[in-house]
Amino acid sequence: MTQGKTGAMASTGTLGNTGARTMTGAEMVVQAMKDQGVEVIFGYPGGAVLPIYDAIFQQNDIRHVMVRHEQGAVHMAEGYARSTGKPGVVLVTSGPGATNAVTGLTDALMDSIPLVVFTGQVPTFMIGTDGFQEADTVGITRPCTKHNWLVKDTANLSEVIHQAFHVATHGRPGPVLIDIPKDVQFATAEYMPPQKAKVSHYQPKLKGDIEAITRMVEMMETAERPVFYTGGGVINSGPAASQLLREFVEATGFPITSTLMGLGCYPASGDKWLGMLGMHGTYEANLCMHGCDLMLNIGARFDDRITGRIADFSPNSAKVHVDIDASSLNKVIRVDVPILGDVGHVLEDALRLWKARGRKVNKPALAKWWKQIAEWRAINCLDYKNSATVIKPQYALQRLEALTKGMDRYITTEVGQHQMWAAQFLGFEDPNRWMTSGGLGTMGYGLPASIGVQIAHPDALVINVAGEASWLMNMQEMSTAMQFRAPAKQFILNNERLGMVRQWQQLLHGERYSQSWSESLPDFVKLAEAFGCKGIKVSDPKDLDDAIMEMIRYDGPVIFDCLVEKHENCFPMIPSGKPHNEMLLGDADTKGAIGAKGAVLV
Amino acid sequence: MSPLNIQQGSTSHSAYDLRDPNGDVIEQHTLAVLVDNESGVLARVIGLFSGRGYNIDSLTVAEVDHEGKRSRITIVTRGTPQVIVQIKAQLGRIVPVHEVHDLTVEGPSVQRELALFKVAGKGDARIEALRLAEIFRANVVDSTLESFVFEMTGTPEKIDAFADLMRPLGLREIARTGVAALSRGA
Repeated sequence: MTQGKTGAMASTGTLGNTGARTMTGAEMVVQAMKDQGVEVIFGYPGGAVLPIYDAIFQQNDIRHVMVRHEQGAVHMAEGYARSTGKPGVVLVTSGPGATNAVTGLTDALMDSIPLVVFTGQVPTFMIGTDGFQEADTVGITRPCTKHNWLVKDTANLSEVIHQAFHVATHGRPGPVLIDIPKDVQFATAEYMPPQKAKVSHYQPKLKGDIEAITRMVEMMETAERPVFYTGGGVINSGPAASQLLREFVEATGFPITSTLMGLGCYPASGDKWLGMLGMHGTYEANLCMHGCDLMLNIGARFDDRITGRIADFSPNSAKVHVDIDASSLNKVIRVDVPILGDVGHVLEDALRLWKARGRKVNKPALAKWWKQIAEWRAINCLDYKNSATVIKPQYALQRLEALTKGMDRYITTEVGQHQMWAAQFLGFEDPNRWMTSGGLGTMGYGLPASIGVQIAHPDALVINVAGEASWLMNMQEMSTAMQFRAPAKQFILNNERLGMVRQWQQLLHGERYSQSWSESLPDFVKLAEAFGCKGIKVSDPKDLDDAIMEMIRYDGPVIFDCLVEKHENCFPMIPSGKPHNEMLLGDADTKGAIGAKGAVLV
Repeated sequence: MSPLNIQQGSTSHSAYDLRDPNGDVIEQHTLAVLVDNESGVLARVIGLFSGRGYNIDSLTVAEVDHEGKRSRITIVTRGTPQVIVQIKAQLGRIVPVHEVHDLTVEGPSVQRELALFKVAGKGDARIEALRLAEIFRANVVDSTLESFVFEMTGTPEKIDAFADLMRPLGLREIARTGVAALSRGA
C-alpha cells in the first residue's frame, strides 16, 4: 500500500509560507497532518495535548471528530482507514488517554490497518517522576504498534510525523504512535516538509522474485485441483490488486475462497466464489482447501481460525504464499513457494507471465474438480431451519442482504455469532466495504467503526451488524454519531446471550452457561430516544422487512433491536483442534465433537 | 509436472531456509543485528524475544558507528530451524533494524567473549589457579594475598572450561560479557 498525495501546502494561520518556517510543535502537528493529506481526525482532548487542540481551534482544514472514549476514537479511525485506504488519525491525551487507545492499537496491528496515533505526554523534565497522567506510553504501546516514537525535541517533530505516516502506510500497514511531551508542543523549531523527511531505510520490497513467480505459474498450468486462498493483503494492496485477482480468477477458472479479512476482493456474486473459509466457513471452501493439490495463498496468513489442526491442514497440496511480510512466510505452515512482495505487484507479474506462456490450465482436471465442488455445494451448508414465529438471526441477515443489495453499502460488525452470520449471509462485491475485527476479535469495535466509515462516506448506507452484548461495550459513541450527524444504522441481533460463548459452553462445557446471558438489558428503543435518534424494535418475522426499510429510510442513526432466536448455533463449524474435513454441519453433529485436546484451544 | 512432485523449498535465490521442514532439532545460532542507536531499540528486540517466547542465550550491545548512530546487537539464541528463520524475519521487520545476519549459516565466523573470574584461595590451590591461568592465557588484573581476578577472552566453551577448572580452586564470582562475533574474511 502506498501513501497517496501529500496534500497541498497550506500555510498555518499565523505563519507565512515563504522559506523556512518556524512554528511551535503543536502547529507542526497540524501542518504535518495537512501536508500528509489528512482531512479528519478522531480524538479527545486533555491536559497534555491542549497546545495541539489550540492549534486545531485556529484552523479549518482538518475536521476533528470528538469521541466519547479513546477506544472509540481508534476504532473510528480504523473504520475510516479500512473504508478509504487512507491512514486513520487519532489524537488523545497522556496517561488514561493513551492506555484507552491500546485495545484499538492492538486491533489495528492484528488486522494490518494503517493508523497514526498522537498522544500527549507530560513535559520532558517530568518524565519518570510519576507525574499526573503520566504513563510510559511508548513502553506500553511498543508491542501493539508497528513502530512508535517519543519526541523529546521539537526540531525532530515534523520529520518524525512524516516518517510515521510513511511507516504506517508502507509494507504491511499498521498502527504507529507518536508521543509528544507538552513542552515539545510549546517550543518552536523549523518545520520540515514531507519531501525532505528521511524515509529511505524503510522501503519494503514490492516486487516478488520472478523465479518464484515463474514457479507459481508453472504449478498453475498443471494443477488438477487448485484453489485461491485470499486474505486481507489483497484489500490492503489497493483496488488494483482486487482487479488483477478478479482477472486472474476469471481467466484461469480456478475456484476462490477468502478469509474473513479478505471478503470483497472477489465478488460474492461471482461463479468461482466458494464463500468464506475457516472455522465458520462454508463446507465447499473448507473441503476445497483440504482436498486441493495447489493452494495459492494471496495475502492471507494461515491464521489458526483458518488452518484448524496444523498437522492435517491441506495434507496433499503444494502451497504458494504471497505476502509482503517476511515473517508471515513459513510461520505456521511450511510452503513450497514463498513469494515476498506486494500482492498487486506479484499478481501483475504472475498474470503477465501466465498469459505470455500461453494461458495454460489443466482443463479436464479442472472440470472434474468443479464437478466435485458442485457436489459439496449441493450440501447447502448454510441451510438453517426457519421459523414463522421467531426471527432467526440468519433470516434477519438474509432479509437485510436482500433489501440493501445494490445500495452504496458499507458493513461493520462487532464480534461473535452475528459476525460469522454476517460473513456468511451478506455478499460483498467490492473491497473496502466490510470492516470487522478479525485478528483480535474486539467486542465493541463495530459501533465506533461504523461512525468512522460514515464520516468518510457521508452519503452511503453504513450498517453495523451487532450483537447486543458487543454493542453495549462502546455504546457511548451513539452520542458521537448524533453530534456529527453520522446516520450509521445499528442492526442489533438481540438474543439476550453472549451467543458465541454460549455456543462453546454448549459444545464444550456440558451446557453449563456460566455468565453468558445478558441480564438487565436496556430498552433499546428508549435508549435511542435518550440519544435523540430513532429506535426500532421487531420480534415478528412478518414485520421484519418493513422494519428494515424503515431503518434504511430514516435520515439519521437508528438503533434496530431485532429480537432473535436465543439458542441458535452458528454452523458450519470446524471444532477447535479438528481438520477441515471434520466439519459440523448442524446441531445433530455436535455431541462429543470436541475432545479434551481441542478444548484447550481458543 | 504435477505440483505434487515439486520438492519442498523455494528457489535458489530465496532467502528462506530450505532444510527439513519436519526438523525439530534445537540449534544454536549467533545473530548480528545492526540497529539505529535510538532510545528503546534494545527494548524492541528483547520484547520481541519475550513476547514470542524465543530464547536468549546471550546478548551484547554497543554503539559501533558513532557518526552513523548504529549499534550492533549480537544475540545467541536457540530453536528449531523454523523458529530460527522466524526470529530473523521478526527482527527484520522492526523498523530501526537495518541488517540481520545469521553468522552460524553465513559462513565461518569468529566468536569471542570476555570474562572476569574472582578466585580466592591459599597455598597450593592459589598456585594451581595461577598456573592454569597461564595455560589458558588469562591475565591477572587484580590481586590480593588471598585472591586473584583473572581476565580471559575466548570462545564461550573455553570460558566454560576455565570456569570448571577454577571451581574447586576457590572460584567466587564470574562476570561474562556475552558473545561478540564477526564473520571471517573480508
